Amino acid sequence: MLESNENTFQAAYDSKIEGNVIVTRVDAAINWMRKNSMWPMPMGLACCAIEMMATACSRFDLSRFGMEVMRFSPRQADVLIVSGTVTYKMALAVKRIWDQMPEPKWCIAMGACASSGGMYRSYAVLQGIDQLIPVDVYISGCPPRPEALIQGLMKVQEKIEKEESTKEQKASFVDQVS
Amino acid sequence: MSAIDDVTSLKDAFAEKVVKTVEFRDEQTVYVELDSLHAVLKKCKEDFGYEMIIDISSVDHFGDDPRFEMVYEIATLKDDKHLRIKAAVEEEQEVASVTDVWAGADWHEREVYDMMGIPFTGHPNLKRILMWEGYPYYPLRKDFPLAGRPSEMPDVAFSGVAPLEGGPFVTSSGTDEVSRREPRAQVVD
Repeated sequence: MLESNENTFQAAYDSKIEGNVIVTRVDAAINWMRKNSMWPMPMGLACCAIEMMATACSRFDLSRFGMEVMRFSPRQADVLIVSGTVTYKMALAVKRIWDQMPEPKWCIAMGACASSGGMYRSYAVLQGIDQLIPVDVYISGCPPRPEALIQGLMKVQEKIEKEESTKEQKASFVDQVS
Repeated sequence: MSAIDDVTSLKDAFAEKVVKTVEFRDEQTVYVELDSLHAVLKKCKEDFGYEMIIDISSVDHFGDDPRFEMVYEIATLKDDKHLRIKAAVEEEQEVASVTDVWAGADWHEREVYDMMGIPFTGHPNLKRILMWEGYPYYPLRKDFPLAGRPSEMPDVAFSGVAPLEGGPFVTSSGTDEVSRREPRAQVVD
């Protein structure tokens, strides 16, 4: 952070520093920060969770893309990874965790079960988590390979890049001022 | 070791309460009357040394009377004997809990209660084990559709009907014609 005294203003116009200044939009800067530090909330419900754990471990190493900070508290998470079979008994618990996550937040349905109920066409299984919470990315597979989960998270990153993150804040600010 | 001696002892001790006995590939099965089921199982544990309850399950003979059947798999630890005790249960009929004989019977009986709706008397904690309290159906009964039925318990859980696309597809294994043996949709009303 630049301090506003005379020295720093002089330094800001220094030709040596000028080449290191990047001009951008606030939206783009915020999106860039958000997408490079996504904190996933692992919702491990079945065998997909094993693949998710493998994804976070050294062989596949999720941290290469800035998403390694798995948080087991929904209050600290950005991305809900629903990995596994969502039974009706568990469904409202998943919904509750989603409701506890602060905005902005994204959701990944990992694997066939979370996306559509998968092979469990049965009385006990919710036929896709998208019946309860909005899903940003669906990952196919039973279970998906760790590479597929990484690509799913990169798809979320692509989505975050295109968001106009300040648009809503701007609208509510204009409302407040007027 | 075979449990054949214990089957004979049971027949002597309970006389006409033992409905029939079946031996199949050295597996011993004893069918008993429901009112003496608890006494039979208690005797097996205390006098014959069947210390271990392997499983308690139930069968739905939908359309027959009596409709249900309890199945107890018990075993001895010191000489590897295995015995199966069965008893017919009518609809709405209660079964005496064997949690006082084997503590391990607790969750097995709760599962039977949850999935088949057979109530147990004398059970210390008879509530659903897999589905939630308040779920109105018994899912493993033959007249319950695989796809499920809608239900709603506010703030607890809900359930819906799964899309089956014409299924469930059931194989009729005893049929001679190949085309009839193939999996076909069978709807139970």
